Amino acid sequence: MPILVIAEHDNAGLKAATLPAVTAAARIGAHSGAEIHVLVAGSACTGAAQAAAAIAGVAKVLVADAPHYAEQTAENEAALAVQLAQGDGAYTHILAAATTHGRNMLPRVAALCDVAQISDIVAVESPDIFVRPIYAGNALATVKSTDVLKVITVRTTAFDAAGQGGAAAVEAIAPGPDLGLSRLVGRELTVSARPELAAARVIVAGGRGLASSENYHRLLEPLADRLGAALGASRAAVDAGFVPNDCQVGQTGKIVAPQLYIAIGISGAIQHLAGMRDSQVIVAINRDAEAPIFQVADYGLVGDLFKLVPELTEALG
Amino acid sequence: MKILVPVKRVIDYNVRVRVKADGSGVDLANVKMAMNPFDEIAVEEALRLREAGIASEVVALSAGTAACQETLRTAMALGADRAILVETEAELQPLAVARLLHAIVAREAPQLVILGKQAIDDDANQTGQMLAALLGWPQATFASKLLVANGRATVTREIDGGVETLEMPLPAVVTTDLRLNEPRYATLPNIMKAKKKPLEVFKPADLAVDVAPRLQTLGVAEPPPRHAGIRVADVAELVAKLKNEAKVI
Repeated sequence: MPILVIAEHDNAGLKAATLPAVTAAARIGAHSGAEIHVLVAGSACTGAAQAAAAIAGVAKVLVADAPHYAEQTAENEAALAVQLAQGDGAYTHILAAATTHGRNMLPRVAALCDVAQISDIVAVESPDIFVRPIYAGNALATVKSTDVLKVITVRTTAFDAAGQGGAAAVEAIAPGPDLGLSRLVGRELTVSARPELAAARVIVAGGRGLASSENYHRLLEPLADRLGAALGASRAAVDAGFVPNDCQVGQTGKIVAPQLYIAIGISGAIQHLAGMRDSQVIVAINRDAEAPIFQVADYGLVGDLFKLVPELTEALG
Repeated sequence: MKILVPVKRVIDYNVRVRVKADGSGVDLANVKMAMNPFDEIAVEEALRLREAGIASEVVALSAGTAACQETLRTAMALGADRAILVETEAELQPLAVARLLHAIVAREAPQLVILGKQAIDDDANQTGQMLAALLGWPQATFASKLLVANGRATVTREIDGGVETLEMPLPAVVTTDLRLNEPRYATLPNIMKAKKKPLEVFKPADLAVDVAPRLQTLGVAEPPPRHAGIRVADVAELVAKLKNEAKVI
């Protein structure tokens, strides 16, 4: 029986978070030999469906094209996935990326199918055994599902992006009903020329040590520009209003694992470390030599960030 | 309008978590426990709606051992009118909690359920969504702003890359994100008053809910440690290391 991955997309194209979810599905499929299907529920979503069909390892793309899927609200999309899960040729596994989209929608699918959800997996041990972080990543639990259907969200930083070059069949399916439960009034996406935080190769992140929103932008933006980096922040910096919440890295924000993470004026609270400890190289700049961030940093620089950050930007020019 | 606020008793967020030597779980013996921080935000939001005259009653609910009474007393010290405990020694997973909440919602008929987006122990981020699904209600997760008027909720939610606003009829389930509000502290007189507020106790069997876990934990381990690296003396040394040793720039 096949495995279903629910695509995250903006109708025109696929979101990058879908690719590691397909890789996790392929790991499960490697044990069971199951085919991978991708569900694209959208409106005028041919672009997204074609992108899904080009993912290596995908056997079939199921497209439900209807106006009530345009915004991918949780209630309608989950109801459609439940129909597929309980239909003919039912699925053994349903996966989605552990992004705000997947986290929002997938537990509805699990509850309606009366099965557990396994959140945020970082490894596949077998088709029914998975590893997931708990307690802000301070512990890793290995869990075995006893349900017939496994409903899973995938930590995108823990799996490589699936490759391109596939040529899956694209099949239109009948849309489910419009439940009419919630309606999108508006969406304000941060417009930025910088890479997306979750997908960036380099991240420059600032904390309370920067002392003000003005300092955050004045000091970190030129450095991020030099490195082609995304900008991140600690919860303390978000709470203090330096930057919007979607910049937050940590247990309660985004989980990132870039090649280079530069933490500036960040003390390193447990909840922040949970979001960035899997980065390949961590640099910490902080005036407090005892700050916990230095316990995870590959390169620590103790000193006044107001002097050091402009120096670093200059040195990279 | 009645608001139901489910709250979870979890390890205090300041406590350093340790995995038990036998790998069976996390050591919770003699560890400070507290209300899940996202649930504190949920309590606060419900109280503000009552204070604004939109809600008439705030009912706190918890599921777990008898010790959860403490968490419910905290919710009542903050201002909740009364509390319900579904008492069990059994391990409760999100689906089981959602089913217990479903049964309580059927008895209490609230118009709004507000709860934290995730608990900081199992980090599952499921219960609110599961409850909404079981009830067939709309949901607004990761809320950073909540307006209730004319039987409808307008909710601004934190999403990857920005925010979005949803509108939905009540009843509905809302889960809280950090920026929704800043919770108040309980005052001493209110802590005293909370001791006299009603606290009703049920067992899962009273509600005819099967809470058997669906996930079996085979083992819990420490993540691979990340060791502290080196201290560099100045920016020049840092840049040289990043270029020549780490090769990341």
